[in-house]
Amino acid sequence: MSTKLFVPRDSSALSVGAEAVANAIALEAARRGEAVTIVRNGSRGMMWLEPLVEVETGDGRVGYGPVAPADVPGLFNAGFLSGGAHRLAIGQVEQHPYLAQQDRLCFARMGITDPLSLDDYRAHGGLKGLQRALSASGADAVAMVTASGLRGRGGAAFPTGIKWKTVLDTAADQKYIVCNADEGDSGTFSDRMTMEGDPFVLIEGMAIAGVVTGATRGFIYNRSEYPHAERALIAAIASAYAAGILGANVLGSGKRFDLEVRRGAGAYICGEETSLLESLEGKRGTVRFKPPVPAVSGLFGKPTVVNNVITFSSITIIFERGADFYRDYGMGRSRGTLPIQLAGNIKRGGLVEKAFGVTLRELLYDYGGGSATGRPIRAVQVGGPLGAYVPASQFDTPLDYEAFATMGAMVGHGGIVVFDDTVDMAHMARYAMEFCAIESCGKCTPCRIGSTRGVETIDKIIAGRERGAQTKLLEDLCETMLHGSLCALGGMTPFPVLSALKHFPEDFGLDRAGIAAAA
Amino acid sequence: MNAGHIEYALYRILAYCNQPSANEFTATARHPAQTIGGRNMSPHQSDLVDRAIADNIALDGAALPILHAIQDRIGHVPAAAVPKIAHALNLSRAEVHGVISFYHHFRTEPRGRHLLQVCRAEACQAMGGERLAKQVTDQLGIEFHHTTPDGAVTLEAVYCLGNCACAPAMLLDGEPHGRLDAATVEALLAEARA
Repeated sequence: MSTKLFVPRDSSALSVGAEAVANAIALEAARRGEAVTIVRNGSRGMMWLEPLVEVETGDGRVGYGPVAPADVPGLFNAGFLSGGAHRLAIGQVEQHPYLAQQDRLCFARMGITDPLSLDDYRAHGGLKGLQRALSASGADAVAMVTASGLRGRGGAAFPTGIKWKTVLDTAADQKYIVCNADEGDSGTFSDRMTMEGDPFVLIEGMAIAGVVTGATRGFIYNRSEYPHAERALIAAIASAYAAGILGANVLGSGKRFDLEVRRGAGAYICGEETSLLESLEGKRGTVRFKPPVPAVSGLFGKPTVVNNVITFSSITIIFERGADFYRDYGMGRSRGTLPIQLAGNIKRGGLVEKAFGVTLRELLYDYGGGSATGRPIRAVQVGGPLGAYVPASQFDTPLDYEAFATMGAMVGHGGIVVFDDTVDMAHMARYAMEFCAIESCGKCTPCRIGSTRGVETIDKIIAGRERGAQTKLLEDLCETMLHGSLCALGGMTPFPVLSALKHFPEDFGLDRAGIAAAA
Repeated sequence: MNAGHIEYALYRILAYCNQPSANEFTATARHPAQTIGGRNMSPHQSDLVDRAIADNIALDGAALPILHAIQDRIGHVPAAAVPKIAHALNLSRAEVHGVISFYHHFRTEPRGRHLLQVCRAEACQAMGGERLAKQVTDQLGIEFHHTTPDGAVTLEAVYCLGNCACAPAMLLDGEPHGRLDAATVEALLAEARA
């Protein structure tokens, strides 16, 4: 009988040699006359263990990682095909503390199934949500989204139910569902993992959005930096069409929903929803004035739902398990779960899906195991390049939209980038302005010019030229950008800059009171 | 009326005629000063552009799919492709140029045999990414967004590959590489230049 093995096809796993490991296993098995079936699964999200090879045994799936091709003969010698002991063995994968304590809803199938197998998807609860959506009225279905408390997971945390209700209630000959998969924030990869590791959960969520709001066409705007995600989506969409999940007759309901993938072109600003719509229309990705909001006048001027990948995944879970089930996770006004991404200088980086309310300290130390370098963690940046730098004194803050807003930070898309004590925070503040200058769409002046002036001003502070006056100027500039920018790029770049200045003034040559230290 | 106006008028007229031979004509050295760089297209490239347009023109918002198809097939978007795209989309050349120049991904000059995209965003910086970026520029002897003189490698900066838990990271010819250190980068670059 053939032994079933799992070697991830996730980009992160591929980046550390998963393809070579899969090939080495196949070769070694052939050489030894062992019958093996190698499934290319998604990643479990324990990235420090990648490539993580799993073996299906009578006692569940047993893991070995990180495996290098050179380890493969030794694994065979150790009898890993029947779960034999080896220095890389991590035991039963699902019992691993990193996974066992998570609240995996959106990521329930991740790493378990073959991402491109619809049979696997169905066997693990897939398509129940879409069936439920098809049997409900639009108003009831939208009420369910509202009742779940779901807020947009792309970063802005806008209540999804309100957005959907607007699209449902706006009469039009054509409506659109757009998935914002332009996951440009450094430190985030939950969208990519979903598209590569469980694409059907996204496709189902978008189809639900379509049948609920009366939209018959959908687009996934994926990044050019994610070629593997694009291939997985194209293959999954083709299977979904063949199985009657997409197309003219969604699950035999007589309702139509068409879906296609579009590729971005390396512009961070296209993660902003109106820029994304401009880009989809074939134009420069410049920000639109709001109102009108896209829910009223979006893609090609039609009512459009624009949601993030994880929002659509959450929708699938809500329709499968019910609004109450989902709402029972979380704290305060942050309901449900968030797939959090531990990244940068962290010992056990990866994907942790938890109910809101988990603290940074738990994430960084209980899950993350501290820094990768073993040095003290000095700062973390939460929520991407526009997120504030959080010092160690605030690590007990629970992950909650309001709690983070209160301390001038944001949860965003749930990415946490960890820095040890060798980080130069003045350099990071400068980088925040530089990144804004590179990525500004140029439509509004505070962002276009302010970011360049910001770099120059921070350079002067670092060089010690009129440090006090330049710091004041930088604060004024940030104030202007905060209030005067058209979108979050210019409007939030001040967060990392000001938080670095506030919490780490010594890196700018300033004392704690923010006054220029004696030269 | 200067040479530029004449050329522009020719582009419009010939694009309107939409004859492959006519497009070849615009790409010949009638205006030598304007044939430097990516202005020339070989007949093969011209065919590829025509096919990229034909394959995608029916899509709503076809501009990006067309540009991607051209760059995927040719390696860059030649300047001589702009009038063809403009004609197909009923846009001005300036509008098409505006779209191409807006997006970091699109190249207007030919790329090297290999494309190295190094992530320079925060998570990679936290793991020594800038040191690695310096190693890459030193070892290749070029700055970012340039191609080595031997035509082997084009080096680009990208901001996040979504491989942030295995930082620092890069893409070489579209394939991801993570947990990079000086030795692995040196080996990758040597292989690319071989």
